[in-house]
Amino acid sequence: MNLYRAHVLICGGAGCLSSGCKAVLDKFNTELKAHNLQDEINVVETGCIGTCDLGPVMVVYPEGIFYQKVAPEDVTEIIEEHLIKGRYVTRLLYERPASGEQIPFYNEINFFRKQQRIALRNVGLINPEVIEEYIAQDGYLALGKVLSTYTPEQVIQVLKDSGLRGRGGAGFPTGLKWEFTKNAPGDQKYVICNADEGDPGAFMDRSVLEGDPHSVIEAMTIAGYAVGANQGYIYVRAEYPLAVQRLEDAIKKAHEFGMLGENIFGTGFSFDLEIRVGAGAFVCGEETALLASIEGKRGEPRPKPPFPASQGLWGKPTLINNVETFANIPVIINRGADWFKQIGTEKSKGTKVFALAGKVNNTGLVEVPMGTTLREVIFELGGGIPNHKRFKAAQTGGPSGGCLTEKDLDQPMDYESLVAAGSMMGSGGLIVMDEDNCMVDVARFFLEFTQDESCGKCTPCRVGTKRMLEILTKITQGKGEEKDLELLEELATSIKATALCGLGQSAPNPVLSTIRNFRDEYLAHIREKRCPAKVCRALLQYSISSELCKGCGLCARNCPENAISGEPKKPYTIDQEKCIKCGNCLDKCPFNAITLK
Amino acid sequence: MAKANCPLPTSNLSEILDKYKQSPGSLLEILREAQAINGYLSREVLQLIAEELGIPESKVYGVATFYSLFKTTPTGQYIIRICESAPCHIRGAQDVLATIEKTLGIKPGETTPDGKFSLEFTSCLGLCGVAPAMMINDQVFGNLTGDRVREIINSF
Ligand SMILES: Cc1cc2nc3c(=O)[nH]c(=O)nc-3n(C[C@H](O)[C@H](O)[C@H](O)COP(=O)(O)O)c2cc1C
Ligand code: FES
Repeated sequence: MNLYRAHVLICGGAGCLSSGCKAVLDKFNTELKAHNLQDEINVVETGCIGTCDLGPVMVVYPEGIFYQKVAPEDVTEIIEEHLIKGRYVTRLLYERPASGEQIPFYNEINFFRKQQRIALRNVGLINPEVIEEYIAQDGYLALGKVLSTYTPEQVIQVLKDSGLRGRGGAGFPTGLKWEFTKNAPGDQKYVICNADEGDPGAFMDRSVLEGDPHSVIEAMTIAGYAVGANQGYIYVRAEYPLAVQRLEDAIKKAHEFGMLGENIFGTGFSFDLEIRVGAGAFVCGEETALLASIEGKRGEPRPKPPFPASQGLWGKPTLINNVETFANIPVIINRGADWFKQIGTEKSKGTKVFALAGKVNNTGLVEVPMGTTLREVIFELGGGIPNHKRFKAAQTGGPSGGCLTEKDLDQPMDYESLVAAGSMMGSGGLIVMDEDNCMVDVARFFLEFTQDESCGKCTPCRVGTKRMLEILTKITQGKGEEKDLELLEELATSIKATALCGLGQSAPNPVLSTIRNFRDEYLAHIREKRCPAKVCRALLQYSISSELCKGCGLCARNCPENAISGEPKKPYTIDQEKCIKCGNCLDKCPFNAITLK
Repeated sequence: MAKANCPLPTSNLSEILDKYKQSPGSLLEILREAQAINGYLSREVLQLIAEELGIPESKVYGVATFYSLFKTTPTGQYIIRICESAPCHIRGAQDVLATIEKTLGIKPGETTPDGKFSLEFTSCLGLCGVAPAMMINDQVFGNLTGDRVREIINSF
């Protein structure tokens, strides 16, 4: 193997792909050849490094210099200045959002420095398409250890001792679930990885699948051994074609290396994996719906019990775990339950990956010990709110969760505390909102999502959420009444109590939580017909600033109601009686002269 | 789905059916590959699948219409899927949508008269870190603005 004097890690995760990292990578390779450096410097296309908004990003080793927003035009300079002369390209360095101070070193940037990466240990560090790189990071060591020296009971005991809980939403103890499946009668059993990741705002599973697919394959094989299954399925959503491709590739290579398939490591244990691709239905993330979908049926959930551990795929005992849950397992085996147990809080052990999205400076993925506060995640790792705006709320748990506000900033985030704060962990999506976001609009938005995704099988979910949505829409249009809030709360309570699956049972949560935390904002919409965040268009008053208006008349020509009048070259005016608040004038005005109140 | 719109000239329906007939529960796979042939699942295709698998046509139809990525009407050569989930919403997805609608003259659910583009909503694409985001067939695009989305569409 070649010894390189420098390694350039270029992020090939989906976020960076969307900002053009492929062109940067290609340029790097051709320029290295042009400079005859291809034998000295190694370029690695990695999985997601984590800072999606700053992409394309790269890290140059041995120094560990982090470059952001690299364009193909920057590549020659990086090679000639940094890699040949040893001078950093300062204009591409990361800048601390608050102070503008430049931080050259990857491991001194808060976003990375404050993380503890277990599930994401290899993501952004290795080339996911090279199995040797995974092996070099102790990959498949845990599998070898388990198959040669552990009994299935011992594997399960390690997991039980570690305190690992499911990362897919409910937080069920993983060791127990494995034990139930193992003890369920039946000679055919299955292991399933839930890679449906439907929660809007969550993208950690995608990152693991794309950046470190072998960690999931290894863990599923360990699970197969522990519960007594010889066949596994990975159910991936269709929206993740790159993940499917990386998994297919990884499965093939694991086969070639004898780590999957017949007689693994020569131990006599056999286990194989198949990928099943979803087809666009959020409810299929729910485990019983997922089973139906793998069986080729409509992905409708069914009541539990029986739980999949006793009656799962084709009626056989089936273990279902989430991607991030699986990704933790090889490390727990290698480093032991005691090591894992000391990370996190009393009842929530280990780390959790959070996906930072919305109004936060550093969007992307961060993995931190359970119990890290919301403030640390948003303000230290996330770098705070952009444009000096004020933090308003953070939605956790996606459309099933609730919002956390200023008062919750110092809450440690773990399963229990989040529930106590009126929200939930969910899959770890963290959608940050600032003063410009309207909470009524946000609640309506989440409900629209669940309403849309309701499979229609049970009435509370199908009809109840529709009623709630109608009321919320009315409120955002300024037609709400005070008794609507009570009605919403009543409907919410009964849907929660009677819906068939988790989708319906949790659908009212965002509404309840915003009513609880932002009652005033609801009341402003209802009583004063006013949207304080200026989002709900029907409640805004459009007017034309006489200072900015140049009298071009574009607005008047585009107004469908002829509500705008004036003379050329003089400020125009809007007739409030006629205005239907469509926003055309706002979109059209070249001088930003239309103001909203 | 991934390869939904890149026609696979070599494969045809009976090959697909032969490949999967023996493995239980592969209706979704069959539908996906069948859809890849010409971008959607026609009535005739669904009928044929039902016959070959020996299951009622209503069941095949029920499955095909349950999942939003299966199409029972023709679609454009390029499917633009714009994310309508909350993180994209709060970072201005509506404005991007408005620009696409204006540029192509179609609304979500419609196809341009020349059959080149279809416009659709999608749930979260997992690109929330670069919201607002969209996909065109298998390609991902993020940090969209009105200008950028116009440029992207024109490059197709
Ligand atoms: C509506 C709904 C959607 C869900 N979506 C997902 C999902 O996308 N990914 C996931 O891992 N679990 C999801 N779950 C949770 C699963 O049902 C199941 O609890 C989980 O896969 C178990 O894995 P774990 O124990 O490793 O967390 C969902 C649950 C509900 C009710
Ligand atoms: S919310 Fe749009 S990509 Fe996730």
